[in-house]
Amino acid sequence: MTLAPPAASAAAVDCVVAVDHLVVRRGRRTVLPGVSLQARRGVVTGLLGPSGSGKTTLMRAVVGVQVVQSGSITVLGMPAGCAALRRRIGYVTQAPSVYGDITVEENLRYFARVLGAPSRRIGEALSTVGLEGNLRQVVGTLSGGELSRVSLAVALLGEPELLVLDEPTVGLDPLLRRSLWRTFHDLAAQGTTLLVSTHVMDEAQRCDELVLMRDGRIVAAATPQRLLESTGTADVESAFVALASRP
Amino acid sequence: MSARVTLATAVRVATQLRRDRRTVALVFVVPPALIALLRYVFDLQPLGFSRIGAPLVGLFPLVMMFLITSIAMLRERTTGTLERLMSMPLAKLDLLFGYGLAFAGLAALQGAVTSAVAFGLLGIETRGPVWAVVVLAIANAMVGMSLGLLLSAFARTEFQAVQFMPALILPQMLLAGLFLPRPQMPRVLQGLSDALPFTYAYDALARVAADDIGRSFWLDAGVVCGCIVLALMLGAATLRRRTP
Repeated sequence: MTLAPPAASAAAVDCVVAVDHLVVRRGRRTVLPGVSLQARRGVVTGLLGPSGSGKTTLMRAVVGVQVVQSGSITVLGMPAGCAALRRRIGYVTQAPSVYGDITVEENLRYFARVLGAPSRRIGEALSTVGLEGNLRQVVGTLSGGELSRVSLAVALLGEPELLVLDEPTVGLDPLLRRSLWRTFHDLAAQGTTLLVSTHVMDEAQRCDELVLMRDGRIVAAATPQRLLESTGTADVESAFVALASRP
Repeated sequence: MSARVTLATAVRVATQLRRDRRTVALVFVVPPALIALLRYVFDLQPLGFSRIGAPLVGLFPLVMMFLITSIAMLRERTTGTLERLMSMPLAKLDLLFGYGLAFAGLAALQGAVTSAVAFGLLGIETRGPVWAVVVLAIANAMVGMSLGLLLSAFARTEFQAVQFMPALILPQMLLAGLFLPRPQMPRVLQGLSDALPFTYAYDALARVAADDIGRSFWLDAGVVCGCIVLALMLGAATLRRRTP
């Protein structure tokens, strides 16, 4: 007799995102022909793949803003897109979805009110992304990197249990990128689940779990360490090439 | 729906407008300037002007708000802010009423300024009460706004959105009886104008100008309000949580 619960149910409790045989068509093109994927609580799961491999579509489906043809997506124990999930997920698209004609503070204040987050979160979220000094700056006058950080700050406002980040570090300076990745791991350590897409191979190595995508299919899913070992390669890029060129 | 989110949306939209000084200036300067221009065009024919002067004061907001809203909403759709809002705990009506509140405020100010210039400075006459013109101006602004919200769903670019004005609003102006009284138009066009919101908006204003506030006036006003609700409902249907 053992007191430990069966492994399967432990995994179920732990599993924040479960995608099962997901099929998504956009127009005539089948973007995802049947993808299955899991993301566990408190883990940074990286989606790695070239552009056009279906990363964004998969993330949109998890957030519940994508029309899907078949398959199931369960997020925090509920079907994706469920109204109750809307305050528990933070989503950052590739395009900085903030209002360019008002200030950083006005943007954050608005989204904080929509989320019902206390106003102290505005300062906290801004300091996390290193934009405390730009509070009164009109968003349209910010640089591209600063814009995407404002967008990220909006997603952090509601202290979501699941953060879905679509290429959050594009165009950022290396120091800031490093500090954001530290933030992602801090959040994960506090129990936040992160699903992060990237096409930068060195970032992939910072993920706890890696999901390699190509042409809408998942080529491999493992820890970076295991990926390198199983392919006998020294870096993620070579591992990707090795896996992608297998018949 | 939540009052907090609706109000926050109204404040955000108002802040966006406030930061765009030139737009605000245009909103307040253009209608009085056009009324003044028309007043002097008709200088030698005061009778012709008396029929359209007062109604025009109440119709400008419809055109203006239609244009502003269709562009503002198109921007929400194309920049991704709408998708972000749709993934947040925000009801579609929070967004629509938020826009409504902010633009109603703007329309009230615009109506007040235009009325002050038209009825005060230019000496345009209305036999009915001026406040009724302002109230109708606000209602018409809501018609313009809700139509703009709805039609923004059918435009992919701002070029397309601005052309909805001449394509959809201008014909309504031509048919409403503003240029030629409706009984003098061919029957087919009269019938067509019966189905257009602008006709009722103009008719209500013409009745205020003639101090003819009876059953027909209230019927017009009712149709105008009905159009707002209908267009808002159709507009809400175009806001999708999930997109292909």
